Amino acid sequence: MPKWGLSMESGKVTDWLVAVGDELTEGADVCEIDTDKIAGELESTWTGVVRALVVGVNESVPVGGTIAIVAPAEVPQEDIDAVVAEARAQLESGAIEDVSGPKVLTVDVEGRQLSYAVLGDTESGNDPVLFVHGYGGDKNSWLFVQEPIAAGRATYALDLPGHGASSKDVGDGTIQTLAQAVLGFLDTVGLNRVHLVGHSMGGAVITLLAADPAATGKVASLTLISPVGFGPEINAGYLRGFAEAESRRDLKPHLLALFADPGLVNRQLIDDLLKYKRLDGVDQALRSLVQNLVEGDKSAVDLTGELASFGGPAVAVWGREDKIVPAANAAGLGNAATVHIVDGVGHMAHMEKPQAVVVAIREALGA
Amino acid sequence: MATRKLSYREAINEALRQEMERDPSVIVMGEDNAGGAGAPGEDDAWGGVLGVTKGLYERFPGRVLDTPITESAFIGAAIGAATRGMRPVAELMFIDFAGVCLDQIMNQAAKFRYMFGGKAVTPVVIRTMYGAGLRAAAQHSQGLYPVFTHLPGLKVVLPSSPYEAKGLLIQSIRDDDPVIFCEHKAMYDMTGDVPEESYTIPFGEANVVREGDDVTIVAMGRMVSLAEQAAVELESSGVSAEVIDPRTASPLDLDTILESVEKTGRLVVVDEASPRCNLATDISAQVVSEAFGDLRAPIKMVSPPHVPVPFAQPLEDLYIPSVQDIVNSAKTVTEWSQ
Repeated sequence: MPKWGLSMESGKVTDWLVAVGDELTEGADVCEIDTDKIAGELESTWTGVVRALVVGVNESVPVGGTIAIVAPAEVPQEDIDAVVAEARAQLESGAIEDVSGPKVLTVDVEGRQLSYAVLGDTESGNDPVLFVHGYGGDKNSWLFVQEPIAAGRATYALDLPGHGASSKDVGDGTIQTLAQAVLGFLDTVGLNRVHLVGHSMGGAVITLLAADPAATGKVASLTLISPVGFGPEINAGYLRGFAEAESRRDLKPHLLALFADPGLVNRQLIDDLLKYKRLDGVDQALRSLVQNLVEGDKSAVDLTGELASFGGPAVAVWGREDKIVPAANAAGLGNAATVHIVDGVGHMAHMEKPQAVVVAIREALGA
Repeated sequence: MATRKLSYREAINEALRQEMERDPSVIVMGEDNAGGAGAPGEDDAWGGVLGVTKGLYERFPGRVLDTPITESAFIGAAIGAATRGMRPVAELMFIDFAGVCLDQIMNQAAKFRYMFGGKAVTPVVIRTMYGAGLRAAAQHSQGLYPVFTHLPGLKVVLPSSPYEAKGLLIQSIRDDDPVIFCEHKAMYDMTGDVPEESYTIPFGEANVVREGDDVTIVAMGRMVSLAEQAAVELESSGVSAEVIDPRTASPLDLDTILESVEKTGRLVVVDEASPRCNLATDISAQVVSEAFGDLRAPIKMVSPPHVPVPFAQPLEDLYIPSVQDIVNSAKTVTEWSQ
C-alpha cells in the first residue's frame, strides 16, 4: 500500500485491474486505491508475473502493507504461498511499521521558515532530487511521483515561500526571489548537487536558479512539467481567479481548468485549497506572484535565454490538454530540452499521469 | 499549512492567543478567566470554568481580566470598550445567563451601527457555552442561540469542530460587528486537524460536510457530527445523505441549502434548541417559501421536546436529538409517498 500524501495512514483497493497470472510491466495500472483524501490508480513500478493478490476489495490496509505479490514465473508456488501467509499474518497482527512515509522538516533560510518532505536514502551517494511545485501548490502535489523516484536516492519536496507550511512572505513576489529562496534552501540543507524537478511556476523557478552563476555546478539536470517562461500563452484568468476566489463557489470553476478530466476536482481538493487560501497572508502572497507572472493576458516571464545558458540535461513533460500553460509553449524550449507531450493530460501531469513524469525524471537522471 | 490534532478547547485557546499576539487591542474578560475562586492566591488557576482561556493570563499580563459575577456589568463594559477601539472577547460563562445582560446585547450592541448611521462599530465577541449533556440542569443547559439569531445587528456563530472553532473565532475577533460565539460545552474534548497558522472562515458560508443525492440534512454545532454519523448509517441502508453545516445562524447561507434541496428534494433540519421558533423552523419556513416546487416530501425537523432541559439523566439523554432520530426522519422523508 503506497503512501499518497503525508497524512495517509491506510487505503483500500477498490478494484483490481490485474489478475493472478498477468504479466506486469512498468507503468501498467495495477489497481484503484481509495484513501480518505484521494482516489487514484496504482501504476506498476515492477516487472514480473502477478502471482498473488493478498488483500480483498475494500479491505482497509495500512501504508506499507503487502497487497499483491509480483515475482518471476519460475519462483515455485510454495514460496509464493509462504510469502502470502507471512503478509496476511502481518496485516492481521497490525504489526506494519510505516517506514515508507516522508519526513517533514523545517529549515530557516534567511528569516523564512521553509517546510520540506524528505524521502529516500540520504546516504546513497546518488545526487538527490528536489521537487518544486507550482503557483498555489505544495509539497504534497508530488505524492504519486516522489515515492518511485526515492528508490535509491534522497528526494526533497519543498514548500515555496507563500505556500504549504512555509512562511507566507514572498517579498516582491518575483521568480527571482523564489529562486533565491530555493538556492538558499540548497545551501542551508547542504545539497551540493541536485536534480531539479519543477511544475509550472516551479519550472520557471528552477530554470532561473540553474542559470544563476551562484548555482554553477549545483544543478545536475532539469525536469520541467508544463513550465512557465517559454512562451507567451498563459491562462491569466485562472491565476487571477485562484488568487481572488473567496468561496468554494468562486474557486471550483477555476480548478476545473487544471485537469483534462474535470472529475478529478473533488470536494477534498477544493476544501484543501480553500483551507490553504484562508491562512493569513496567502491571498496577499498569491496576488503578488500573479502580478509578476502575467502582464495583461500574456506571460510576463521569459526564461528561454536562461535555459540555454544552463546548457545541462533538460527534459520537459506537457499535457496536450493543458489549459493553464498550453502545450504550444513547448516550441519555446527549442532544442534545449527533450519534450514529451502526453495525451489525455491537462496541467497536472504529475497527478494525472504520474508514470509519464517518473519516466521523464529518470531520463533526466540518467542523462 | 502545517496541521496537528487539537481539541476544540485548545483550538479556541490558540485562536485567542494568536489574535492577542497580532493585535494589542484584543483583550479577554470574564468570570474566573484570570484567577478563580477555589484556588486562593493562585493566578490562572482555572482559565474560565472549563479551562478554555488557561495560559493566556501569564502570557498577556493586564489583558486577561477577571470580572465580578455581574454579567450586566462586564458584558456592558466589553461592549463599551468595543465602541472605543478595543476588541474585547468577553466570556459569558453559560448562554443561560444572557437574561441578566440582554439589554446590553439586544438594545445597545446590536443597535449601535444602525442607530448611529453606520458611524459606530462594536467589534465585541461574546463567547458563551450552550447545550445539554453535562448533567447541568435546566438553567445551565439551554441552546438559546435562536434568541440572538432573532436580533438584527448580531452575528451568531456555531462552530462544529476544532478546525471550525479556530477559524471562526479569529474571523469573529476581526469582524467589526458584535458576534455571539456559541461553544457547545460537550465538545471541548473533541479533537481534529487544525493548522498552526492563523486563518479565517468567512461568515455566511455553509460547509457541505458530506455530499449526497437523496436527502439534505442541515445541522449546526454539536449536531453536525451526529448528522455525519446518521449519514454513515443511512448509507448502509442505501440512502445517500448530504450534510450541510451553515456555520453561522446569522448571517445564514440559505443559497447552499436551497441548491442542495433542489438536488435531493428532501430536507431534515436538526436543531438542539427548543422546538418553537428555533433554527429548524426558520430554515424550514424559508425553504418552503423559496423552493416549494423542489420538495418531494414534507420537511422533518429533529428538535427536543418543548420542555426545560431535564436534570434526570435518562430524561436528559432522551431530550437531546440522537443519531437514531436523524436516521428515522431521513428515512421518513426518503420513503414518503403521497
